[in-house]
Amino acid sequence: MHLDHDLDETFPERHTYSAAPKGPDGTRRALRIGLGGPVGSGKTATVAALCRVLRDELSIAVVTNDIYTREDAEFLLREAVLPAERITAVETGACPHTAIRDDISANLEAVEDLEDALGPLDLVLVESGGDNLTATFSKGLVDAQIFVIDVAGGDDIPRKGGPGVTTADLLVVNKTDLAPYVGSDLEGMARDAKAQRGELPVAFTSLKNEGGVKPVADWVRERLTGWTAGPT
Amino acid sequence: MTLAAPPTVPAAPRAAVGVRATARVSAATSGGTTTLPVLDGDGPFELRRLRSRGTEARVCVVGAMSAPLGGDRLRIEATAQQGAALHITSAAATLALRGPTTEPATYDVQLTVEEHAELHWLPKPLICAAGSNLRQTWTIHLAPTARLVLREEQILGRTGEPPGHVATRLTVRRAGRTLLDQEAEYGPGAPGWDGPAVLAGHRATGQLLVVDPAFENRPPEVQLLGDSPQDGQAVLTPLAGPAALATATAPDALRLRHLLDTAHT
Amino acid sequence: MNRAALFVLADGRFPAGGHAHSGGAEPAVAAGRIKDAASLEDFCRGRLHTAGLVAAGLAAASAAGHDPLELDEAADARTPVPALRTTARKLGRQMMRAARATWPSGELDALAAARPRGAHQPVVLGLAARSAGLAPLDAAYAAAYETVSGPATATVRLLSLDPFDATAVLARLAPDLDKTAAAAAAAAQRIPEDGTDALPAASAPLLDITAQQHAAWPVRLFAS
Repeated sequence: MHLDHDLDETFPERHTYSAAPKGPDGTRRALRIGLGGPVGSGKTATVAALCRVLRDELSIAVVTNDIYTREDAEFLLREAVLPAERITAVETGACPHTAIRDDISANLEAVEDLEDALGPLDLVLVESGGDNLTATFSKGLVDAQIFVIDVAGGDDIPRKGGPGVTTADLLVVNKTDLAPYVGSDLEGMARDAKAQRGELPVAFTSLKNEGGVKPVADWVRERLTGWTAGPT
Repeated sequence: MTLAAPPTVPAAPRAAVGVRATARVSAATSGGTTTLPVLDGDGPFELRRLRSRGTEARVCVVGAMSAPLGGDRLRIEATAQQGAALHITSAAATLALRGPTTEPATYDVQLTVEEHAELHWLPKPLICAAGSNLRQTWTIHLAPTARLVLREEQILGRTGEPPGHVATRLTVRRAGRTLLDQEAEYGPGAPGWDGPAVLAGHRATGQLLVVDPAFENRPPEVQLLGDSPQDGQAVLTPLAGPAALATATAPDALRLRHLLDTAHT
Repeated sequence: MNRAALFVLADGRFPAGGHAHSGGAEPAVAAGRIKDAASLEDFCRGRLHTAGLVAAGLAAASAAGHDPLELDEAADARTPVPALRTTARKLGRQMMRAARATWPSGELDALAAARPRGAHQPVVLGLAARSAGLAPLDAAYAAAYETVSGPATATVRLLSLDPFDATAVLARLAPDLDKTAAAAAAAAQRIPEDGTDALPAASAPLLDITAQQHAAWPVRLFAS
């Protein structure tokens, strides 16, 4: 008997290296959405709110990428937005952007382990550790990405641009309820975002309010419809 | 082999090349108790039978001369035959000293434990005195149902002196597979031995190995031992087979033994 | 064979998960045992001649075409603490993913099928080197270098150590790396006569003890 090999039988091997849309058996895997953005902008709160809104209609799992191990995962567990077995944490060695962009191997394993352990899933949310404006997800890891900023972080962020703001499939401007207190110009932010992003969507949210996450949840549902009907 | 006991038999002559000696012990069951059909001392190894405890036969290795010294070739072979219970200890610490040659001394221990047999190998520590140079091996063969408790401790230098050089290899084969294979090298000439990855200034290190088929179904749990790093630290961990290994480092022999005893309870 | 493949394999940016591991540097920094370039060098030298030599031996043997499952067992016997076995298999699985995408081969596929949760990383590394057409000595170099470059990079992040000093540490270890890789490759050559017993089994008590302690930390920056 080999005490370390118990799991080998439970978890079959994979044949894909990255996020190929179909699994080895030809079934379409879960849609993978990444959430990135600066520290404190509300990524974890957005994930929690999405889970609460969508968990009754979709089978969801979450991968967190903490700077310090498991901090965000612990938050989600405390908030009980999903059962513990649906949340897993990836350790990033003080380099959160590396784990979602340059070396995605640990995140891919985490996503696949969740799929293997939980059976077919509809949606996997991959939350990045708080990082800077240049951090984006690799296409090898996620199918779409959300970049979360907040009005309190400075209303010039959309104007400054950067890969996250410019190219994310959805830009979320969070904490709109704080705008009057920090003197942020929401209309100006919307204008700047439009200039940087063209037709790519922007959602203004205030997660403190009832139903505050709705614009993001609606966008996720739309992506999921497109994914399920996908060509490959 | 040990310090304390005075020789009771004429010691083997120490040639310029060093002593060559092999001691042998074999334990067997007979009428519900363990007997010792073989109990042959040799050279520095004098073997004394101690009072039995339950069905267990007990043997003490007593030093008949100072050994190992550079150039010595020492060997002990012990076998617990099917169903036997054998306990081997030593009367005093083993002191490795600089010899007449700069050649290393070798000290090989071969332990064989047959089906349903049990062997305790619990000698006193090895002290590597300044200028000594020793290669020690433990080669252990275990049947699938055999049980083993083995402790080995190295004290690097006597109080206030620099350590000698010691290289060890512990190989445990069980049911045809290698369960544990570990080399260690400490003292002058061993790269990095005293640095932050290996001993970090500690002068005592040792291990306690317990192999028990009962661990197949109930693997031992990890234990972190040692409350304050200045008193040494240890972990007790399950191997990738039915065995537990405690690994410890400490500033001195006393605190090392304390850690290993804690692991064993 | 393309020797240049060694640069691809040994590159710190090779996407096989190494960036999240400190190789024992995080607990050593926390304990104050690594505090500057000199103590980093001592740490790396100790790790190189113990864990590094073992990894290099396994990698060289795997690159030479010895049975990877037998080598995986030999790696288990040389890794007494479960925290390090888990880390080695996790990293082995990540290395396997990167290797199969980079240098696809039937031998990699076979090992992935036999050990879906990951074989020990040096075994996979050696097989990746073999698939890339590299020699056992090359694989030994890659494995040995990784055991010191990981802690050096981690220490730069943990202590804000001057990166020039950290790189100079690695440069000063070059002669030790040469010796380690050569010894590992020579040991792998003896496997046909002596079996996997020929491979180095050098151990470092504090690496084992602190790896298991580190695995129990509630808050840490590195996975190991």
